[in-house]
Amino acid sequence: MKRVYMDNAATTALKKEVLDAMMPYLTDIYGNPSSLHTFGQEAHKAVENARHQVAKAINAADDKEIIFTGCGTESDNMVLLGIAQRYSKKGKHIITSAVEHHAVLYTCERLEKMGYEVTYLPVDEYGMVTAAQVSEAIRPDTILVSIMFGNNEVGTIMPIKRIGEVCREKGVFFHTDAVQAVGHIHIDVQDMNIDLLSLSAHKFHGPKGVGALYVKKGIVVPALLTGGAQERNKRAGTENVAGIVGLGKAIELACSAIDETSAMMTHLRDKLMTGIAGSIPEVKLNGHPTERLPGNVNFSIKYIEGESILLMLDINGIAASSGSACTSGSLDPSHVLLAMGLPHEIAHGSLRLTLGDDTTEEEVDYVLEVLPKVVERLRKMSPLYKG
Amino acid sequence: MYTEKVMDHFSNPRNMGEVEGANGVGMVGNAKCGDIMQMFLKINDEGIIEDVGFKTFGCGAAVATSSMATELIKGKSIDEALNLTNSAVVEALEGLPPAKLHCSVLAEEAVKAAIDNYYARKEGRDIECTCADCGHDHEHEHAHEDDESEEA
Repeated sequence: MKRVYMDNAATTALKKEVLDAMMPYLTDIYGNPSSLHTFGQEAHKAVENARHQVAKAINAADDKEIIFTGCGTESDNMVLLGIAQRYSKKGKHIITSAVEHHAVLYTCERLEKMGYEVTYLPVDEYGMVTAAQVSEAIRPDTILVSIMFGNNEVGTIMPIKRIGEVCREKGVFFHTDAVQAVGHIHIDVQDMNIDLLSLSAHKFHGPKGVGALYVKKGIVVPALLTGGAQERNKRAGTENVAGIVGLGKAIELACSAIDETSAMMTHLRDKLMTGIAGSIPEVKLNGHPTERLPGNVNFSIKYIEGESILLMLDINGIAASSGSACTSGSLDPSHVLLAMGLPHEIAHGSLRLTLGDDTTEEEVDYVLEVLPKVVERLRKMSPLYKG
Repeated sequence: MYTEKVMDHFSNPRNMGEVEGANGVGMVGNAKCGDIMQMFLKINDEGIIEDVGFKTFGCGAAVATSSMATELIKGKSIDEALNLTNSAVVEALEGLPPAKLHCSVLAEEAVKAAIDNYYARKEGRDIECTCADCGHDHEHEHAHEDDESEEA
């Protein structure tokens, strides 16, 4: 049976070139980067090379501004908990948005329990926050603004540069969870006024289990993990050398071809969006029509429920995702869709299809062939559908 | 996540659709929580469920439990159908993930709501609301007899 992977926002396939770059560090070059001997120094050199690749990809001023972590979630936790701890004398107020990833939202909830105050900025119908909203919310005791670059569910790209400008003017640190954006759209931390940025390798065809955090020079983010002196005392624990090498290689590959892949993915994304809107009645595009990640398609399909759509697509070989409650184990559907003002019953029927740079036109056509049939079948089963 | 039996009933649901001449129709759940089940019964003069059908808005487990519930009560007496428990449905499906057990409860309630509707019609009394309470504030969205539900 045909198998089509349309869940690249969840994770991506590891690229062959990336695996090839990693292999030596899983086999012959097994030294500990902290060791003085040649075995160790070879591994150390590989880690520093990867650091340079990451710094270059996001235009960090100095390689030292990159800290390797275990995942995007760890990077988010490190920023929020670290900045809160280190700068609590200035204040205990943090600003974020209602549509952040749970790595940010749940960490903010933890901070609230620790006595911090968090402002969750509401979003518009597209899931967007404006720089003006951020500006109005900043107070003298605000220590951090954390707004995601591109939304993992609906793909909306936030006005990061303008938000960064506002934060810089007001002297507040600006963090962005760019896990979904890195490797897919141009990011220049200096030009965009970004002080702190989280990224994760497996979202751009790198390996799982490795992420990074950009920390602009002069900002102190205390270590989350203490122990050894790795990552210049910022992240204790023996480095995941092969993973870090893979991250470096993957970000280099992704960013060197970003214009072509992004153009190609945007073309396929738009074909998918137009095709779905044209062939299935009573659907609603979630997220912004143009200000969206090149690989993200998200629709609410009325009268049917998300998990059923996923199961039926999976039976047909298509891997997709949903903001449905049933995929999360709670009765409430996606916090992102609810924050955008969707009623519960519409939010339950959401379908997310996310493309990768390896998605083909043929695969998009296959989805466009299968999806309308799946929807029709489920609607026939639905007591809500009277069509 | 799901057993083969659940997937079988999800992909090939039994007794799906409205039943012509149904004399007991019940609908439980609500769209806000993501599950609605509608059960159609055709009960003969001997009190035997001659035909049964369902329509479900919901996840894989919701569809599978509805389908299984119809199989379990088809050809049975009203009393037997009233004795259908959610655990019998779960057992027949060879298990459900814990987070999905509420679907089986809904299936049991849908059967009971349809039988209640059958009696109500017979006795000419007002049809009671049997909407399952999920703890959310919501408008009652289930269709009573001859209702045109327009939600979602």
